[in-house]
Amino acid sequence: MLPLLVLAGLSGCSSIEPWVKPYERDKLADPIMALDGDPVSTSYIQHVYEAREGARGGEGAAGGGCGCN
Amino acid sequence: MIRRVLTFAAALLAFGVAHAGVLPDDRADVLYHRYDGGGVTIDGPSVLVRKKAGKSLSFVGNYYVDMISSASIDVITTASPYTEERTQWSMGMDYLRGNTTMRVNYTTSEESDFDAETVSFSVSQDMFGDLTTLTLSYALGDDLVRKSDDPTFERPLDRQIYGVGITQILTKNLISSLNVETVTEEGYLNNPYRSVRYFDPDSALGYSFEPELYPNTRTSNAVGVRLRYFLPYRAALEGEYRFFTDTWDIEGHTGSLSYIHPWSDWTFTGKFRYHDQTGAHFYRDIFARSQETNFRGRDKELSELTSYTLKLQAAYEFLSDDGNDWGFIKRAKVTASLNMLFVEYHDFSDLTANQPVGEEPLYELDANIFQLYFSFFY
Repeated sequence: MLPLLVLAGLSGCSSIEPWVKPYERDKLADPIMALDGDPVSTSYIQHVYEAREGARGGEGAAGGGCGCN
Repeated sequence: MIRRVLTFAAALLAFGVAHAGVLPDDRADVLYHRYDGGGVTIDGPSVLVRKKAGKSLSFVGNYYVDMISSASIDVITTASPYTEERTQWSMGMDYLRGNTTMRVNYTTSEESDFDAETVSFSVSQDMFGDLTTLTLSYALGDDLVRKSDDPTFERPLDRQIYGVGITQILTKNLISSLNVETVTEEGYLNNPYRSVRYFDPDSALGYSFEPELYPNTRTSNAVGVRLRYFLPYRAALEGEYRFFTDTWDIEGHTGSLSYIHPWSDWTFTGKFRYHDQTGAHFYRDIFARSQETNFRGRDKELSELTSYTLKLQAAYEFLSDDGNDWGFIKRAKVTASLNMLFVEYHDFSDLTANQPVGEEPLYELDANIFQLYFSFFY
């Protein structure tokens, strides 16, 4: 029964029509819409925050860095 | 002298923000970073090179250095100022097959009293007409903590990081991401040099110090949401929120708002970030007596605090891809960025004020974080 439900779910997913067509994504393709256009800089600043604060993770990556007091 | 170290792999460079169906752009970045605040100066380079090999493979390498000169409040109240260098190397590979991208990354870092190695894996899958990208990631870290004044001291620290992320196109103008991450650590988690203080009537100061002692396990969960919106004119607005909680009773809320505005060959970015957290259950600014509790810590990063950051950034594209004389380099830009960080500690006294015990002012930190980097696309 479970495999049938999974199959039914997957077939349901595959029938989802993209509601934003490829030719409508020009604005999303603009470099200013890149979620991480500067990976080296983003990695560095996360490294600083992990050193200065007690929280970590959940920001699209597994973080990085030493916590230099 | 070691600082508190949370050496996660620089897995951001491996995982990034997922786009499963295409490989990342070929690029090289050369960055200089400088942190200056609270008596601590850290600077150094970071160099990243990424290159495709054929249509389905992309390789990435990163070299990163921290050169540290520290006379922080922790150091000057219980130890001596020091200088040190930390070097980190990482290398990774992306393999694209259909709508699936698999990534593997290895990172190693070394300093005089701390070694870290991390291996990470991730799989991303594009779905629903490429509107959705689902990423599953796992990282395994193996650290070794040493002590500069005791060559026999060596303690292991193991870490596992589990992540699930979804990047979702919501409308023609709006993209979002949701990331959930769990980190489990087991081993030597405290700093072998840091001390806690406790009331001591026999001391002229009214208090004395003893080594801190942390639990040897920690598990944290974080969930983060980002939304980036293309405004009616050519500019973007981004909002981000993260909730964090762990088994040490730290609970954190982090929010930020960014504005990105291109103008001619320039791109300007402004960002305000806010972070607020509770303190760890074993943290005290001062303990009632020696060995008052089983676990004891006075790491200000584990105390109740609020931080504010204002970021100003300008990027200038000095080489565009509409025909140039730079050979294989198609595009290039230079970026300067300044983050002004201000931290208010709500339960961490400034002992350098030389006030009677219990009357010391609370400590505050002002830091400037500067970055200058060149990015070349080819």
